[in-house]
Amino acid sequence: MIAEAGHYALVLALVLALIQSVVPVIGARLRDPALMNVARSTALTQFAFTAVSFTALTWLHVTSDFSVTNVFENSHSLKPMIYKLTGVWGNHEGSMLLWVLILALFGALVAAFGNNLPRSLRAHVLAVQAWVGTAFYLFILATSNPFARIANPPMEGRDLNPILQDIGLAIHPPMLYLGYVGFSISFSFAVAALLEGRIDAAWARWVRPWTLTAWIFLTLGIAMGSYWAYYELGWGGWWFWDPVENASLMPWLAGTALLHSAVVMEKRDALKVWTVLLAILTFSLSLLGTFLVRSGVLTSVHTFASDPSRGVFILMILCLFIGGSLSLYAWRATTLKQGGLFAPISREGALVLNNLLLTTACATVFVGTLYPLALEVLTGDKISVGAPFFNLTFAPLFLPLMIAVPFGPLLAWKRGDIVGASQRLTAAGIVALVTMAVLWAWTKGGGAFAPLMIGIAVFVVIGAMTDIVERTQLFRAPLTTSLHRARGLPRSTWGSAFAHAGLGIALIGIVCETTWNSESIASMNPKDVVTVGGYQVRLDDVTQQQGPNYREAISHFTVMLDGKTIGILSPSKRDFATRNMSTTEAALLTRGASQVYISLGDAHADGSIAVRIYHKPMVLLIWFGPVLMAFGGLLSLTDRRLRVGAPKPAKAGKKAGALQAAE
Amino acid sequence: MKRILAALFAIMLTVMPSALYAVQPDEIMADPAQEARARNLSRELRCMVCQNQSIDDSDAPLARDLRLLVRERIAAGSTDQQVMDFLVARYGKFVLLKPPVGRDTLILWLLPPLVLAGGGVALWFYNRRRNRAAANEEGASFQLTPEEEARLEKLIAAQESPEKPV
Repeated sequence: MIAEAGHYALVLALVLALIQSVVPVIGARLRDPALMNVARSTALTQFAFTAVSFTALTWLHVTSDFSVTNVFENSHSLKPMIYKLTGVWGNHEGSMLLWVLILALFGALVAAFGNNLPRSLRAHVLAVQAWVGTAFYLFILATSNPFARIANPPMEGRDLNPILQDIGLAIHPPMLYLGYVGFSISFSFAVAALLEGRIDAAWARWVRPWTLTAWIFLTLGIAMGSYWAYYELGWGGWWFWDPVENASLMPWLAGTALLHSAVVMEKRDALKVWTVLLAILTFSLSLLGTFLVRSGVLTSVHTFASDPSRGVFILMILCLFIGGSLSLYAWRATTLKQGGLFAPISREGALVLNNLLLTTACATVFVGTLYPLALEVLTGDKISVGAPFFNLTFAPLFLPLMIAVPFGPLLAWKRGDIVGASQRLTAAGIVALVTMAVLWAWTKGGGAFAPLMIGIAVFVVIGAMTDIVERTQLFRAPLTTSLHRARGLPRSTWGSAFAHAGLGIALIGIVCETTWNSESIASMNPKDVVTVGGYQVRLDDVTQQQGPNYREAISHFTVMLDGKTIGILSPSKRDFATRNMSTTEAALLTRGASQVYISLGDAHADGSIAVRIYHKPMVLLIWFGPVLMAFGGLLSLTDRRLRVGAPKPAKAGKKAGALQAAE
Repeated sequence: MKRILAALFAIMLTVMPSALYAVQPDEIMADPAQEARARNLSRELRCMVCQNQSIDDSDAPLARDLRLLVRERIAAGSTDQQVMDFLVARYGKFVLLKPPVGRDTLILWLLPPLVLAGGGVALWFYNRRRNRAAANEEGASFQLTPEEEARLEKLIAAQESPEKPV
C-alpha cells in the first residue's frame, strides 16, 4: 500500500510538473497574472508530492519491506537504522528520487521566496525548472521505478554494499546533489532570460544567491566525499581523478567561474552573454555528470551498449536540454545588449582571467574524462587517462590562478592600478618569500617544488587578508576605528577573503601531504614496534568481535612519541557475510592538522597481520580549506544586498515596457 | 572516493572489489631506492581490470601480478623507461595512465593549451572591438559643442572656488 502510494505520488508530481511546464509560459505570453501564478502553486505542490513519494520509499526501507525490489536488493533487517535511512539513496533508483526531490525543492524555494522577482521572470524560471523535472520524473517512472514489487517476497534482503555503510553516505550524496542539482536554478534563470530576451544587473543579483547556495553545497559535498574516501578505503588517498569524481568537479569549476562572472554582471552590467552561457554550461555539466555515473558508460562502453535503456534515456535528456538551451542561446544571445566597458587591468579584467583559467581547467577535466570513451567508441582503441595526466595538465592552470587571486580584490573596477595593487601585496609577498626560504633551508634542499608551492599558498592566504587589512586600515588607524570599519565592511568582502584564504590553506594541505607523507607497510606480530614519521606504533593485540551485520577483527595499537603514549588506535577489518565482502575501518589519530593513519590488511597463518601505517602532515588542511571556502560563501550569502533583495530596475522602465505591464 | 562513488552510482553494474589496500608487505623490495622507483612506476600504470585505478591503489590479483612484475624488472636492472616499454609491449598502451602523445591523443594533449590560447585571443579581439565601438559611439554622441565646453569650464570653476563639496 505504502509503495503504491509513493508511486502514485510520483505520477501526480509528474502531472503537476507538466502543468507547470506549459501554463506559466502561456501566461507570460498572454501577460495573464493568474496563469503565471499557476507556476507558484504547482511548484509547491509538486515538491509536496515528491516529498511524499520520497517519504514512502524511506518508510519502506525503515520497515524492511522486502516485497519491494529496491529494498530487497539494498537492505537487510539487521542493518543499523541509520544505514536503513541512508540506504534509501545508496542505490540507483533511490538516488534518482533524491535527485528529483532536490530539483523540486529548489523550484519550491523559488516559488516561496521569489516574491520580489518580476512575475513573468518567475513564471519562466519555474516553467524551465519543470521541464527538467518532467524529463527526470519520466526517466524514473519509465526505467528506474523504486517502488516495483516482487511477486514472491523473500524473507531477507541482500544488504547494502558494505563500503556504503558509513556515516559518509548520510552526508555526501545529499550535499553533492544539493550542489549540482542546485545549479538547475541558475540554468532556469539563464533560459528564462533568453526566452524573455532581456537581462540586466538585477537578473545577476537574483541569480547570485542561488548559484552561491548550490556552490556552497557542492564545495562541501566534494570535500566530504574526499574525506570519506580517505578514511574508508584504507590507503589514505583523497583524490583519484576518477571519472566519477571528475563528474562533480566539472560543475564545481564552471560554477566557481559563474559565481565570479555574475559579480561582474551585477556590479558593472558587463559580461552578460558570457554569464548566461556559463549558467547553461554549469548545469549541462551537472547533467553530463548524472549521465556518466547513471548510465554505466564509465564501467564499460560495452555494458552500456548491452543494456542501454537507462543510458539512452539520460543521453536523450542530455541532448535535449544542452542542445536546446545552446540553440536558444545562439539564437537569442545577440539580442542581449552589452554593458559597461573596462580596461584589461581592472577588477573585471581579473575576474575575466579567473573565468578563462577556470574554464580551461574545466575543459581539461572534460577532455581527460571523455576522451577515452570517445576514442573507444570511434576507433575501438583503448587508452587510459588517469591521475598522472591530470596532475600534469591541471596544476599548471591552477598556479597562475592562485597567483592572480590576491590581486583581484585589490584592483579597482573599470581601470585598475597593478603597481598599486602590487605595492599593497608587498607584505604578503615578503612573508611568502620568507616562508619559501625557511622551508627550503629546513628541508635541506629536498626539492624546491614544495617550498615554492607553499610560498604561493601563503601568498594567497595573506593576500586574501590584505584586502581586509587595507579596508579596515588595521595597523594604521586606532584599533577601535579599525574594528568599527571591520563591522561596516560588506559581508561579501569578508566572504571572498575567507574563500580565497581557504583556497590557499587547501593548497598547503595538499602540498604537505603529498610531499612529506611517510608510510610503512609491514607484517606485524603483537608487541612489534614500527616507526613512522617520528611516531612509534606498537601492535598490542588482535581480537574478534561481532557487529550487527558483520564480524570484525579489531587490533589495538599504542602510538608513542619519544616513548610517551599519546593515544590508542583501533583499526578493524569487517566481514559482511550477506555480500561476502569486507571493509577496512582505518583508525586516525589527529595531532593538530596532522594525522597518524592505520589500516589493516590480511591476517597471516603465523598470527601476524599486514598493517599499513601513515603519518600525514597537515592533511586536515585539505578539507579545512574547502570548509573555509564554503563558510566564505555563507557569509556572502548573508550580505545585506542579497538579503534585502534586488532593487527594481527603475531605469529599465523605458526599455522594457513588458516588465511594467507584467507588474 | 572512487570506489565509494562507483559503488554508490554503479552498484547494479559493476562487481565491487573489496576494500583492502594494495601493496602487501611481502612485495616490498629490500633496497629502499628500488622500492621507491617501483612505487613511482606503479602510480603511472593502470590495473586493467579495474575502473581507472593505478596498480599502486588496486588490490585486484592482476594488479599484484603487475606490481611484482615491475619489481622483478627493476631487480633485474632495467631502467624505469625499459620497465614501462616492457609493460606497454606486453599489455598495450592501455596500461599507461598518462597516454603518450601521438596521433590518436593529439586532441587530448592539445585541447587545454588551445582552449587557453583561443580564449586569450578571443578576449583580446573582443576587447579591441568593444573599445573601438565605444570610441565611435562616444565620438558621435558625446562631442561637446564650443558653447557647452565653455559652460562646463564655468561650472568647474564655480565648483572649485567654494569649500569642497561632499
